[in-house]
Amino acid sequence: MKNKYIISKKRGMYISFTVLTVICVLYLAPFFFMLITSFKPGQDMLRNGLTLKMDFDIMTLNNYRILFSEDSRYISWFKNSLIITAIYTAFSVFFSSLVGYGLAVYRFRGRRLLFLLVLLVMMVPLEILLLPLYRLMIEIRLMNTYLGVVLPFAVSPFAIFFFRQYVAGIPKDLIEAARVDGCGEFRIFFKIVAPLMKPAFGAMTILMALTSWNTFVWPLVVLRSSDKLTLPIGLMSLLTPYGNAYDMIMPGAVISVIPVALLFFMNQKAFIEGLTAGGVKQ
Amino acid sequence: MNKIKKIHNTINSLKVIPYVFVLPFIITFLLFFLYPIISAIIMSFQDIAGFGDVTFVGFKNYRNLLNPHYYNALRVSFSYTFLTIAILIPVPLVLAVLLNNKDLPGRNIFRSSLFMPALTSVIVGGMFFRFAFGTQPTALFNHIIGWFGLEPVVWLQGKWTGMLAMVILCVWRWTGVNIVYFLAGLQGIPNELYESADIDGANGLQKFFHITVPSLKPVIIFVTTISVFGGFSMFAESFAYWTSRSPGDIGLTLVAYIYQTGFNYNNFGFAAAIGITLLVIIMTVNLIQLKIFGFFKED
Repeated sequence: MKNKYIISKKRGMYISFTVLTVICVLYLAPFFFMLITSFKPGQDMLRNGLTLKMDFDIMTLNNYRILFSEDSRYISWFKNSLIITAIYTAFSVFFSSLVGYGLAVYRFRGRRLLFLLVLLVMMVPLEILLLPLYRLMIEIRLMNTYLGVVLPFAVSPFAIFFFRQYVAGIPKDLIEAARVDGCGEFRIFFKIVAPLMKPAFGAMTILMALTSWNTFVWPLVVLRSSDKLTLPIGLMSLLTPYGNAYDMIMPGAVISVIPVALLFFMNQKAFIEGLTAGGVKQ
Repeated sequence: MNKIKKIHNTINSLKVIPYVFVLPFIITFLLFFLYPIISAIIMSFQDIAGFGDVTFVGFKNYRNLLNPHYYNALRVSFSYTFLTIAILIPVPLVLAVLLNNKDLPGRNIFRSSLFMPALTSVIVGGMFFRFAFGTQPTALFNHIIGWFGLEPVVWLQGKWTGMLAMVILCVWRWTGVNIVYFLAGLQGIPNELYESADIDGANGLQKFFHITVPSLKPVIIFVTTISVFGGFSMFAESFAYWTSRSPGDIGLTLVAYIYQTGFNYNNFGFAAAIGITLLVIIMTVNLIQLKIFGFFKED
């Protein structure tokens, strides 16, 4: 009886292993083919589509040379993406942690209402606000600027929610004790609670950076000149009907994944905490 | 005396200080949420020809919604949302259950590999699928169906193949994320439940449907909710394949329609009206969720 159980368990494991292997190969295949294609001339992709063929004789590093040549726009797109990601991450983590802390620690009039508003903002897709926000950006002269990309979403409702839940789990006695010692409220936050929130800061920094690095729709509206574009929008702009920029598409796509892939493999745990703690813990 | 003053000060500051902490949210809420929503509502009743040139037109923009493009956009958004949810709940759920086995060799490698696509932007993923769905017989997907003796398909021009392309791009990018959610939920199921089921002689399928799925109900609700929002506000996937104009409107979602009307045709009033209807749809879905699941029971 027991033996039979173990055998069936073992067989189940083989089946799981095989199913997962097949699926993982399918999910990783796009990366592999993007990498292969990135070495082929753009004209080949224009003519034959993205192919399964491994033509080693047409594969060169030439595309990457073009990508990083001196007058290439790609370098400035990369730089723009880095700057926007840095500003956005710093803003959203800092401000959202303040708000989340405020909502978790203090009992004040309007606290419930504010929390409901946070949830409301989380639930309304920003795409609905595209046009009025666009007009607002024109009015306050933030079109085609980094700040225009960052500012409207600098306080992330998701991050607020996350920080609020996190701070709610920190013992209140600590704060009370500091208060009795005459510690000011801001000092309590920065010197006592913030150090305890390190894992939360880590998780949100990574999640916000990923979001910002890959965000597409809003920067597409705000950024207008070719030197200001971020990577995803820049890549899209390479798709001209004449195919004269096709050499840069695949290597450009490959290189743009590398920073986030590095970030992910160095901080897998924080990544997963950032994703899950917001919604699933109940 | 001094002590009383000090206490007074503390109370005073404790009354004010919370608002200082939440101020960033209040400001962005008013400026970048409430104000745009109100101005969208106003715009939806206007004809906007240029920046100063505005006329009030009543419900004209809303009446204009009764056109084939709008119906098409509704259909595309609804089918896309439905299809992505129909795949992105069961598939990641099953994969998460397979991955939840502690003795499974290479467990972390599997999990990381499935999560990798979530690191790419829609555009990067779209660049792969766009050219993999090329019309040429040599292009990846045509090549593969060629092995089964099928003729090359013009994927990105047909209504259903176009939808398939968008759904595949979405499923590829989100499977790993949903797996992470389900895995987190699986940690919370007490092992005793499975053990007692084993004693009762339950098989794997029975355990899956009678223990795993019911226990994961909150996670399933959560994932469904975010998928509904994601589905209805989808635009980037369509843009990655066709930019803002697709053949036969096959990629015209509600948000794509807003973008096209606003930015390609400069018809802001009409675009705002589309946006308001989308807002109503999403809010209705929210209310239904609220009603059925009591989502907002705070703390």
